[in-house]
Amino acid sequence: MTNRRMRRWLLGTAPLAVLAVVLFGVSQSGVVDFLRRGVPPVEELTVERVVLRPGSIRMDVVNGGPDPVTVAQVIVDEAFWEFTIAPDPTVERLGRATILIPYPWVKDEAHHIAILSSTGVTFEHEIAVAEVTPVPGRTYFAVFTLIGLYVGVIPVAIGLLWYPALRGLDRRWLNFFLALTVGLLVFLGLDAVHEALEAAAALAGAFQGTMLVVVGALGALGALHMVAGARAARPDAEGRAAVAWLIALGIGLHNLGEGLAIGAAYALGEAALGAFLIIGFMLHNTTEGLGIVAPIAQDRPRIGRLVALGALAGVPTILGAWIGGLAYSPFYATLFLAVGAGAIAQVVFALWRVMGEGQGRLTPVTAGGVVAGLLIMYSTGLLVAV
Amino acid sequence: MKTPRGMTRRELLKRGAVGAAGLAVTGSALDAAAQTTHESHDPMVAGTVGRVGTDDFDPGAFLGHFDYGEVSTLPNGQTLREYEIHAIDREIEIAPGVFYPAWTYNGQVPGPTIRATEGDRIRVHFRNLGTHPHTIHFHGFHAATMDGVFEPVLPGGEFVYEFDADPVGLHLYHCHAVPLKKHIAKGLYGTYIVDPKTPRPPAREMVMVLNGFDTNFDGGNEVYAANTVAFAYRDRPITMRRGELQRIYMVNVLEFDLINSMHLHANFFHVYRTGTAGSPHEFTDTLMMCQGERHILEFTYDEPGRYMFHAHQSEFAELGWMGHFLVEDPSV
Repeated sequence: MTNRRMRRWLLGTAPLAVLAVVLFGVSQSGVVDFLRRGVPPVEELTVERVVLRPGSIRMDVVNGGPDPVTVAQVIVDEAFWEFTIAPDPTVERLGRATILIPYPWVKDEAHHIAILSSTGVTFEHEIAVAEVTPVPGRTYFAVFTLIGLYVGVIPVAIGLLWYPALRGLDRRWLNFFLALTVGLLVFLGLDAVHEALEAAAALAGAFQGTMLVVVGALGALGALHMVAGARAARPDAEGRAAVAWLIALGIGLHNLGEGLAIGAAYALGEAALGAFLIIGFMLHNTTEGLGIVAPIAQDRPRIGRLVALGALAGVPTILGAWIGGLAYSPFYATLFLAVGAGAIAQVVFALWRVMGEGQGRLTPVTAGGVVAGLLIMYSTGLLVAV
Repeated sequence: MKTPRGMTRRELLKRGAVGAAGLAVTGSALDAAAQTTHESHDPMVAGTVGRVGTDDFDPGAFLGHFDYGEVSTLPNGQTLREYEIHAIDREIEIAPGVFYPAWTYNGQVPGPTIRATEGDRIRVHFRNLGTHPHTIHFHGFHAATMDGVFEPVLPGGEFVYEFDADPVGLHLYHCHAVPLKKHIAKGLYGTYIVDPKTPRPPAREMVMVLNGFDTNFDGGNEVYAANTVAFAYRDRPITMRRGELQRIYMVNVLEFDLINSMHLHANFFHVYRTGTAGSPHEFTDTLMMCQGERHILEFTYDEPGRYMFHAHQSEFAELGWMGHFLVEDPSV
């Protein structure tokens, strides 16, 4: 290393060294105690997961607040109840604990749990519908695989069947379908943001749910742009293929999030997943296949590539249903949904460029296509919204 | 009843947790780990976990402790009973590991049980060592200026309450500073007994003040009790002899909930409403009490064994207002 580079490194790290010294000084001086004197501790405890087994309730809690929280008692349905807590009743900041309550909970009914801290603060959790939590095993893998197949894989595969019809279209109509795809994707992307924010609301404060969504979405957008942006911008078949891959990836990430939500709701007994809902999801998601093939309609991809595109978009639903049903975590649900939103946003940019080839981007035809895409998603969404 | 109000710190904190009404699910490895790191307990046991120490406040001792005051005789021959009562801010343990920032009379909740005989002179030297204005409002006969309502005693201030013990009965005293509900809920109350000149029949006597604590300040009680500590007399049962007359002075000061009650197992009790009449009003095993109501209960157990007593509002019982009598046979 030359002297000059060495000097630059030193200058670059000097402020950090000064910061470290100041932090040490602040922590050693009485300033911190002085500032918080007299104010009771700020306690925050978030229930991340509840596992129901016959005769027991298990809760995983995380301390997302600035101060330690000591769990003193547990109240189940307005009754103090026996419990054990591991590893320790005092949960440090960002620490976790598992509370085990032997309790004769009643199937199909709601239960209310309040955790009482040493200062008398209560942290409450509602079990909306009590059902035995699925245990990983052959039966539940089969159930969640089936859910993923119906909700994600089959609809996307059916949507791909539009490919032959799209192939012969003239440029104008092709632009219409590309614009329609933009409409679909904008809908899906905003839907993913909405769901990510919903999942984020369940996160402990320290994990900054809303900013996790922002970081996940913009991070995915930026990362995909760095990796694939240049390729997708090429005005040839390879560029269009890249766009199709990106669409499939974006939709796949969105479906992963969707699978998570459905799996978790099913495990909770909250989603009946009757025929109505299954049919709704199939109609809703079939349009996703159309979106994937629209940009490559003028090319002649091999059947294997179509299958791979469909798999990339659809199979994550199965994965999502597994994770959601068997190991739900609000942190990862938020992150996956946000990443899906970012990926979709990146694809919308890429499509916008493909769409404009030759004829200008915003024409009556493309505007109509975008609106048509939004309307299709909204109207089929009526069947699945709960 | 809860009314909308400004967001308090604790409400704000709670929202995060309520928002976590998130999704429940699994993780089998963790499951096994959590179970093995703990010794197994009796399954399906209602009640608090752990014990409240008796060093600061012993419900067992409080139960049978009556404060007759500093006794002297006035020039006119009347018995004078003098009391020293201080309002003190103090954190008290109301359930194992659960601490409540209480306002107390003499550092305890309930305050000392004041007991006199009909016609005695009572003089209470009150000092407010707390941080808010307080008073002592006694139930019973007294002058308007002795009522503890219009004479708030500021922090650091003093007041002397003086009146004759009258009428006979079971009464209570409590702070009457505003906001009234806050001052009572925080713990400023106690029992005031005026015995008749002809004593009641000999009996084993107990004081039970039915109270509760709103630990998260949401306008509802998290903990219920007889004499402050949840399940105190379940964890340390009240022992008594078979065939011995039992007399409970029971005072209901419960805030927030409209009514409270007392239910005795495998037995019935005589009720002397407000303790004012010589003959019982009722013979029952379940008694309803509004806030401020107090009654003398008399009963006898003929067979040894463990008997439960509790509020017949199941919720109050399972949130702490429940105890056991252990009836013993002295001949065994």
